[in-house]
Amino acid sequence: MASIWEYANPRKFMSTTDVILPWIATLSGIALVAGLAWGFFLTPDDYRQGSTVKIIYLHVPSALMAINGWLMMLVASLIWLVRRHHVSALAARAAAPVGAVMTVIALVTGAIWGQPMWGTWWAWDPRLTSFLILFLFYLGYIALWAAIENDDTAADLTSVLCLVGSVFALLSRYAVNFWNQGLHQGASLSLDKEENVADVFYVPLLVCIAGFVLLFLALVLLRTRTEIRARRMRALMARERMA
Amino acid sequence: MMPDLGKYAGAVLSAYAVSLAIIAVLVLWSLWRARRVKAALEKVEARRHGQG
Amino acid sequence: MKALLLRDLKLAFRAGGGFGLGLAFFLIVVVLVPFAVGPETGLLTRIAPGVLWIGALLACLLSLDRILALDWEDGSLDLIATAPLPLEAAVSVKALAHWLTTGLPLVVAAPMLGVFMSLKPEGYLWLVASLAIGTPALSVIGTFGAALTVGIKRGGLLLSLLVLPLYVPVLIFGAEVARRGAEGLAVGTPLALLGAVTCGTIALLPFASAAVLRVNLR
Repeated sequence: MASIWEYANPRKFMSTTDVILPWIATLSGIALVAGLAWGFFLTPDDYRQGSTVKIIYLHVPSALMAINGWLMMLVASLIWLVRRHHVSALAARAAAPVGAVMTVIALVTGAIWGQPMWGTWWAWDPRLTSFLILFLFYLGYIALWAAIENDDTAADLTSVLCLVGSVFALLSRYAVNFWNQGLHQGASLSLDKEENVADVFYVPLLVCIAGFVLLFLALVLLRTRTEIRARRMRALMARERMA
Repeated sequence: MMPDLGKYAGAVLSAYAVSLAIIAVLVLWSLWRARRVKAALEKVEARRHGQG
Repeated sequence: MKALLLRDLKLAFRAGGGFGLGLAFFLIVVVLVPFAVGPETGLLTRIAPGVLWIGALLACLLSLDRILALDWEDGSLDLIATAPLPLEAAVSVKALAHWLTTGLPLVVAAPMLGVFMSLKPEGYLWLVASLAIGTPALSVIGTFGAALTVGIKRGGLLLSLLVLPLYVPVLIFGAEVARRGAEGLAVGTPLALLGAVTCGTIALLPFASAAVLRVNLR
């Protein structure tokens, strides 16, 4: 009986991803090219934001993946803590740099978008600020993995950090909203929120989001394979040293 | 073919350029690292099978 | 539990125990700020609550690695872990000891440093209150960070990187209380939120800290 837990077996994971990774990567490429080209070349300007609205095709998908990347790490960490599947822990480790990069893209495109709109490269808008904090959480997580030699210890510690970090990240989100708007639902400078995104923008945006999701998936699968191999190599070399 | 981006041309183009460049670096780095680790693992395994 | 607490307190007060270093650092930071932003009183008054909060926060951060690293190095941590006292309680006691020797002195010193920052008269009460409520959370969160990095050589910088993002909610609410108090505005909401964060961390984080310590002591 096939169960998803079969893929927790490293060998099964490797053999399965051997087959599906090329497909996912190709699909991702197609979706990204199609979506970005559609959005860039074929959509009109926004009457208020001019051509900068085209940045939405990068900013929104990357921001979504920044958050979802962390959520995926959270789930993978929980699976490690409960079921001790190494592939899960390694997948979390693999996903972190990808999520961090997505956060950077979201921040950079947000800043570039903000310059002509708000007249400043950075504004302590609650949403941008929350992403900056998220980036710091990613950095800490990646740094902790790098600092610990023992694989199992590292997996355990980073998993707990991811859990605690998630709670505090959520808490920070509310704190930051409070900090910048007080109790008043003030005019949000958020660029993507209440834009009733018209259909003409919406469909290419969906394609871009799909492209980014597939890109994230492809990169995480690729990097998890690398982590599995690296772990095996470390184990073999340790055995060599003892022999 | 290039749409008229008006006065925001610089912003839009740089946003696309930077994002795509970052993605390209991430993809290339991931591929490079994958290849490197795979080669190193094969070396270690060959040593092992040579002895075993 | 009391024995552990008294032991930690005694160690802190001994020569080389680090007591007073946090205070000195707090003083130095507050003295440096006017050099950086200029001596104009109006500006200093506006930023006083925030600067004092940051100074206190950084002073807390500095002494975090002392909570556990010394015991780790000489093996006392293993003894503490195998003692009948639950590790969650031991970790809470360590956080308490840190607060008593670092956080509490900062709270007491804050009004004096408020003078240097031209803090508004109404602001003193709320500065002290917010620090009094917030610094225990800083100690508890810091203990979690210390537990994570206890086995890492020269992990001080990593400890800061891990702990500072966790400090953000406490800083936001605490500094907001101090700021609003200084302006004469109502402080109820941030005060309640600060209290909630402190209570939540004290109640729940020791479980995470103990779990992490068990991993490191394996």
